[in-house]
Amino acid sequence: MRWREMVPLGLLLLVLFWGSRVSPRFLDAPYLLDSMNLYVETGLLAVGMTFVIMCGEIDLSVASTTVLCACVAAKWCPPGCPPSLLVLVCVGAGALLGLVNGALVAWARVPSFLATLATMAAFRGVAQAWMGPYSAKWPVLKGLDRAHVVGSAVPWPPVVWLVVAALAGLLLHRTVYGRWVAAVGTSPVAARFSGLPVERTKLIAFTMTGALAGLAALFLGSRLGVVRHDLVRGLELEAITAVVVGGTSILGGQGTMLGTVTALLLVAAAKTAMGVAGVKPEVQVTVVGVLLVGAVLAGNMSALVRRRPARA
Amino acid sequence: MIRTLLATVLVAGIFVAGCGTSSNDAATTGGTQAKSGALHFVFVPKSAGNPYFAEVEKGLQKGAKELGATIETQAPTSADATSQVGTIKDALQRGVDVLVVSANAPDTLNDVFDDARKKGVIVLTVDSDITGNEEHRDASVLPTDFAKVGPALVENLASLTGGQGDFAILSAATDAPNQNAWIAGMKEALKDPKYAGLKLVDTVYGNDEPEKSATEMQALLTKYPDLRAVVSPTSVGLGAAAQVLETSGQYPGGPKAKGPGIELTGLATPNQLRAAVEKGVVKKFQLWSPADMGEIAAHLGAALHAKKFLPEEGKSFDVPGLGSKTFSAKGVVYAGPLVTFDKANIANFDF
Repeated sequence: MRWREMVPLGLLLLVLFWGSRVSPRFLDAPYLLDSMNLYVETGLLAVGMTFVIMCGEIDLSVASTTVLCACVAAKWCPPGCPPSLLVLVCVGAGALLGLVNGALVAWARVPSFLATLATMAAFRGVAQAWMGPYSAKWPVLKGLDRAHVVGSAVPWPPVVWLVVAALAGLLLHRTVYGRWVAAVGTSPVAARFSGLPVERTKLIAFTMTGALAGLAALFLGSRLGVVRHDLVRGLELEAITAVVVGGTSILGGQGTMLGTVTALLLVAAAKTAMGVAGVKPEVQVTVVGVLLVGAVLAGNMSALVRRRPARA
Repeated sequence: MIRTLLATVLVAGIFVAGCGTSSNDAATTGGTQAKSGALHFVFVPKSAGNPYFAEVEKGLQKGAKELGATIETQAPTSADATSQVGTIKDALQRGVDVLVVSANAPDTLNDVFDDARKKGVIVLTVDSDITGNEEHRDASVLPTDFAKVGPALVENLASLTGGQGDFAILSAATDAPNQNAWIAGMKEALKDPKYAGLKLVDTVYGNDEPEKSATEMQALLTKYPDLRAVVSPTSVGLGAAAQVLETSGQYPGGPKAKGPGIELTGLATPNQLRAAVEKGVVKKFQLWSPADMGEIAAHLGAALHAKKFLPEEGKSFDVPGLGSKTFSAKGVVYAGPLVTFDKANIANFDF
């Protein structure tokens, strides 16, 4: 645990404590675990986003990728098809769309903010043009959020998310690729002169993020049972929020997967606690905004404090 | 990495451990009574900040007062298809007896509605039903017989334009079930030979966002120089369109009107269009009473919760002050016919 991760963890504990004080119905395990289902899609996007932001880039198109993958899967997979086909289509389509982003950024040298701003509109636009105002039924694997790990109240999607996050954490913190990401984000120029494959590093990060957005589509479709072009608007911003609150520097180079996971749990816990306390949704949005600013400020403060000699 | 995993497990552990020590009394059957005795309603409109739903809420409040029930409104921040799921889940956890929901989408609420009904909660849709999935809710209070809205809008349009000219429709979201039903009704009514002079040139969607609606209206004025009229069957759309029309000066008798000018009409709350009617930008428009819908929903919810009757077709029940209401097919109750608002009568309404 580093300083920057302590901030969201501390806030998370505070929120859990506050939640338990304001409502006796908050600390109810089945309810909390069930509520986590609503944040799995954001969580998967945030895991990928951690790599992209660590590279010093941004991906605004993730929610549109999710929606387009969901539409592709619902249109192409026949009802009752083998679940493996559905997973393959979702993740494969996501990886392809991520590759488009990666190619635009790494090869065509379009700044990622602009490139993904464009694909954000384009991907959703394609989904809208293709689907029109209609919903498409999810072909198979419905109600994953109601399927529990045998003999417990733990639904599958959050478990899958945590496993994915743990694997991604290993990739980021324990492999050569992870070191490339940190190096590219710290200084692309220095990384290039050190002979690191800067373009490939970014390409992989965007492709991976796309693939995870495709996986998010799988959970989205299974949770709702139908998909349409206008789902998960603004989810890319919630994912970016989780990454930044988790202590990843928006300038790249610094960050941890644990921070992202903790921050996502923080936002999920805060929203769930406010919901069960009857706080109006419009107020909830404000509180999450304040949390974001507070967490970033606290992260900066802790960095400042640590530069001083320790007092007895 | 080991530390990371450990910390993750620790956080999860805190969650579960914390849960273990809580007093879990939410999962009672027969409704999750928030306060013992008083019936508790939760109203979930389509989105926050829509005056139309504030009016439905007023009606619910009035009905609740008469019944000695409590009401709380939880509006999702955006009107997309999934935003209401979390809001409803939270309400179920907090405790609710009757859910009154204006559905944003016809098919994304089935699961959460089923969960609610399993707990003994009465689920009503109001204003916007889950068309095609009616079996997932108990009953629905709809504004007016939809089959009559389209023809009424066309008749109103014909009286404004003398039954001649090109017109466009400014709607809400592309998949708003009520909007689409009315637009289909208008198209059907236009087939009548007496409306042969009216030509629908375009249907555009403002998503019930003032800004997008204004942009779409602006585009219509630019794209169709011969436009004679615009019909917007949504409060937000008509309000935004009226402002654009006023600024453009192309309203009947306006400084930049070509010939007779552009007529604007549709469905909206009187307060939203009061200024436009007084300035002559809009001559007349229509609506039902959203407050009546709320009031009917309150009384209906309470009656169903007390198992006084079942929502069967043909069954009638009384709503104090509003008379007798009758169930149509699939547990639908219509609030009443459309009212036309113009300069002469708009002062009598305040919603």
